[in-house]
Amino acid sequence: MKKLSARRRHPLAALVVLLLALACTGGLYAAFAPASKAQADETAQSLTIEEGKKLYSVGCASCHGTDGQGTSDGPSLVGVGAAAVDFQVGTGRMPAQQPGAQIPRKKVVYSQAEIDQLAAYIASLGAGPAVPTEEKYGDEGADIAKGGELFRTNCAQCHNFTGKGGALTHGKFAPSLEGVDPKHIYEAMQTGPQNMPSFPDTTLSEQNKKDIIAYLNAVNGDETESPGGLELGGLGPVSEGLFAWIFGLGALIAVAVWVAARTAKAKKS
Amino acid sequence: MSSQDIPEENLPAEQDTTHGAVGVADEKNPFADPGLPPHEHRIQDIDERAAKRSERAVALLFTVSMLATIGFIVSYVAIPVDKSVYVFPLGHISALNFALGLTLGVALFAIGAGAVHWARTLMSDVEVADDRHPIEASPEVRAKVHADFRQGAKESALGRRKLIRNTLLGAMTLVPLSGVMLLRDLGPLPHNKLRHTLWSKGKLLVNMNTNQPLRASDVAVGSLTFAKPEGLEEHDEEFQNEIAKAALMIVRIQPDNIKDKRELEWSHEGIVAYSKICTHVGCPISLYEQQTHHVLCPCHQSTFDLSDGGRVIFGPAGHALPQLRIGVNDEGYLEALGDFEEPVGPAFWERG
Amino acid sequence: MSTTTTTDPRSRGKASGGEKLADWADGRLGIYSLAKANMRKIFPDHWSFMLGEVCMYSFLIIILTGVYLTLFFHPSMNEVEYHGSYVPLQGQLMSEAYRSTLNISFDVRGGLLIRQIHHWAALVFLAGMFVHMMRVFFTGAFRKPREVNWLFGFLLLVLGMFTGFTGYSLPDDLLSGTGIRFMEGAILSVPIVGTYISFFLFGGEFPGHDFVARFYSIHILLLPGIMLGLMVAHLILVFYHKHTQFAGPGKTNNNVVGMPLLPVYMAKAGGFFFLVFGVIAAISAIATINPIWAMGPYRPDQVSTGAQPDWYMGFSEGLIRVMPGWEINLWGHTLVLGVFVPLVIFPLVLAAIAVYPFIEAWVTGDKREHHILDRPRNAPTRTAFGVAWMTVYFVLLIGGGNDLWATHFHLSINAITWFVRIAFFVGPVIAFIVTKRICLGLQRRDKEKVLHGRESGIIKRLPHGEFIEVHEPLSQEALYTLTAHEQYRPAELGATVDENGVERKATGGQKLRAKLSKAYFGEESQIPKPTVEEYKEITSGHGHH
Repeated sequence: MKKLSARRRHPLAALVVLLLALACTGGLYAAFAPASKAQADETAQSLTIEEGKKLYSVGCASCHGTDGQGTSDGPSLVGVGAAAVDFQVGTGRMPAQQPGAQIPRKKVVYSQAEIDQLAAYIASLGAGPAVPTEEKYGDEGADIAKGGELFRTNCAQCHNFTGKGGALTHGKFAPSLEGVDPKHIYEAMQTGPQNMPSFPDTTLSEQNKKDIIAYLNAVNGDETESPGGLELGGLGPVSEGLFAWIFGLGALIAVAVWVAARTAKAKKS
Repeated sequence: MSSQDIPEENLPAEQDTTHGAVGVADEKNPFADPGLPPHEHRIQDIDERAAKRSERAVALLFTVSMLATIGFIVSYVAIPVDKSVYVFPLGHISALNFALGLTLGVALFAIGAGAVHWARTLMSDVEVADDRHPIEASPEVRAKVHADFRQGAKESALGRRKLIRNTLLGAMTLVPLSGVMLLRDLGPLPHNKLRHTLWSKGKLLVNMNTNQPLRASDVAVGSLTFAKPEGLEEHDEEFQNEIAKAALMIVRIQPDNIKDKRELEWSHEGIVAYSKICTHVGCPISLYEQQTHHVLCPCHQSTFDLSDGGRVIFGPAGHALPQLRIGVNDEGYLEALGDFEEPVGPAFWERG
Repeated sequence: MSTTTTTDPRSRGKASGGEKLADWADGRLGIYSLAKANMRKIFPDHWSFMLGEVCMYSFLIIILTGVYLTLFFHPSMNEVEYHGSYVPLQGQLMSEAYRSTLNISFDVRGGLLIRQIHHWAALVFLAGMFVHMMRVFFTGAFRKPREVNWLFGFLLLVLGMFTGFTGYSLPDDLLSGTGIRFMEGAILSVPIVGTYISFFLFGGEFPGHDFVARFYSIHILLLPGIMLGLMVAHLILVFYHKHTQFAGPGKTNNNVVGMPLLPVYMAKAGGFFFLVFGVIAAISAIATINPIWAMGPYRPDQVSTGAQPDWYMGFSEGLIRVMPGWEINLWGHTLVLGVFVPLVIFPLVLAAIAVYPFIEAWVTGDKREHHILDRPRNAPTRTAFGVAWMTVYFVLLIGGGNDLWATHFHLSINAITWFVRIAFFVGPVIAFIVTKRICLGLQRRDKEKVLHGRESGIIKRLPHGEFIEVHEPLSQEALYTLTAHEQYRPAELGATVDENGVERKATGGQKLRAKLSKAYFGEESQIPKPTVEEYKEITSGHGHH
């Protein structure tokens, strides 16, 4: 039940309620006591959507079209869901600065409240995945080791063993997952932003996603231990090779220069 | 090419003839070798106090080494193996590894530094010249060795008694074959193992993540899923060998976006199953870009177009990714409609 | 067999304990004759002469730490479940080899340190061999009588690469397993026998249950055993030939100037072992290498981006990454050129540098011993060839890490691959031309310095108002050093008609050699060094300058 109530607090949950309410006939609607509350929610919700629409027309419509139907400069947003908006705007990728191989993560432009309004508006255009609640991506009840195995099967090929990122074709890249909000990681798996494929709950279950996030927290968090010392970017043999040449052989050559150098001679007086 | 090919005059003259006698800076040859410069004294050679200072420095270094070794032993005993410590700028590291490494490093380095400092400041630094002698033997020795060899060869009669020579050669050639034979049991013959995988008609596609059979409705457009054949479990003895061939990559593409006719036929409503094993050298390829439908190999960057029959569009792979023909059974589960039609993974001589 | 005459020094009662022991050993091992030749052996001082020692000592460190690691490592591919102290792998299936490596890293006190020393020392060993080889190459130290030792050194480098590769594969982690998979693919590409070799090597299909154990005996016994033998031979030859030296006052082709083994080099070289070990131990305290726990156990259906071998195999990785995917299917057989061509070029790249000394010896026709080192500028063609070779090598290294260059410099991986494809052919040509020009420029500067002296930085105004910079004549030491190098004249084909008037046809080889010789020593390839006459003419009029 806790899960449900937490969901209800969410703007998008209210939308579901709204749709349900619309489906009901007026008589049934009047007969239920909570309906009046739903009505109050509904007004609040429509206000949120209204605010979101305003933000949308200023910040997004030029590329995504006035009603989110998409243009040549930006894809349609109908049915992408609140999770996609929360991810794209919440990580600063949207609004985009310039076209390129890939839209990178930037400074976030909107406040979380504004992002929620935008998300509510986009969600009202067509049903899509909702923004996940905290217990979905929290560490509680997660199996880190299973998450590791899932990460290596599904994620490591692009994002590297511990999420340091990697290259894709023609200048595109899988970004580093360091310091990324677990919520955004969850949303990315769910919605598949840009060229990333999606991993919907039907193929990568909610528990799977939770495990993956717990694994990432364990191996790529602020407190992650690197027992051997400097992590050298966690990129594998290339950075190790550079380190061995520059600091290993470099130090040894410096030592060799000292060993072979002539000792200072006494000045002739 | 014998040495006669090069006229002697093309070789540079010996140094000594162009450079006059050593040590004579004569008028005739300003480039003459002035000979070894006279030895100059170090401070330590003439000032006993400086020498004492060097001595103390060397002794200090050796003492530091002793202390560091004691530190090593103390760290080994005192620091738990799983203790983590934050050291700027290294991060959260193992306290034991750091302590042992540094004390060992210092203990060793100090011995070396002490020895070198000793050599540099207190041992004689007079440069000495040592003569070299030609490596080639003198003509007399050469002649003697050749003669001895001929004598020995003659006494063995190897050249005269051809039968002995030939049978010996034969025996020596054959004897290593035993060793080669012994290598035969290193592994089985390939037969057609590389041509077949665990896939066969009616085998369900099992989701790697959930270990449950995949339904067609589970697979969304733009999603990426990995699958293994039904019945193959991680604990199986042959799991590694089988998954190395059978691993599948499942994506769903809008049917209108599929350019290759056969690919569309072998798919189920745009759900296509491709081998996850790169046709270049066998890395698990799966860097799928859902907008371009390209899949990139992380090892050598072969790029395949999953909307066009898995065609190679970049990189070193020589042929398209094999596609597995799939369908849906009565209960809505995805199933294979047979094995791969061609061998999966890297090409080999018998592949054809 | 003592004859008990009072003049026999050995029978005197005054001998100390150490001397007595030495006498005992000499009577059985003949150590005195050995010591007579070697105890006061002279070694010249130059930092670059210590690069070989860096290699030797890191090799010893690798052997010491490697022996320790064998005490804990289980070379087995049995699948086991992990229940050790590293939490993110709890309950995972993995091979025993991987589990024991985790245990070395997390449960054996100091195990992680020794593992890291072993691996860092390996990287330094290979880097040291590379630089050592380049030092020998660019100074011409490979010339007679050292060609055989050059080959020994080259073999050590190649064996070192493969020893490193087999060692890197032992923990059976996801990264090294990917490397093994690559190796299997490369073997499969070999025409006719590839499939069989692969099945024999892996005991069946990839990955099988055998390769860790097999690589283990190759890694700890076969290859290091050969290397140890080669290293001893290498050292014996260094002792036997005596060390080369740079030209300088008093240093000739017939002597070696420096300090004696006992005591100076005993202390310096002995001390250097501890310095090398100390530096590598300190590096292992502060920097992680190959954190196999982060990579997870090997599964042939899993992979991570950034899959690279250790740096010394990086150039082969580059070759394989930039090769176009050619494949020929004929008569039911497949010729996998996309993999096989790089597999063939790989040894050729290495062989190119290995055979160079023999080619140079053939071109010069020089059969004399050389103990005075060349300054690289004074052998422009050789230096240019060396730089061109290094250019190929480093271009391929860039290709081997193309994905990381792409992400860190915001480039397209495809663009880098194309750059490497073109630079592989164009780069060495440009490097060759540019290096040769630079060498000739430096030769001209040396000549200028000899003839006109050193620029003193003092500006003088002459009575008629002209400003000149005063050049100071060089010391005799400097004059000698700058003119000590030898210069060859290009070989000519000689008369086409011999003494008897019979026409003599030059063979193709002779023609090629004459051409090469001209390219090496022709007018465009070296600046004639100043002659005594030139010097005198200029210095006699020095006052007017």
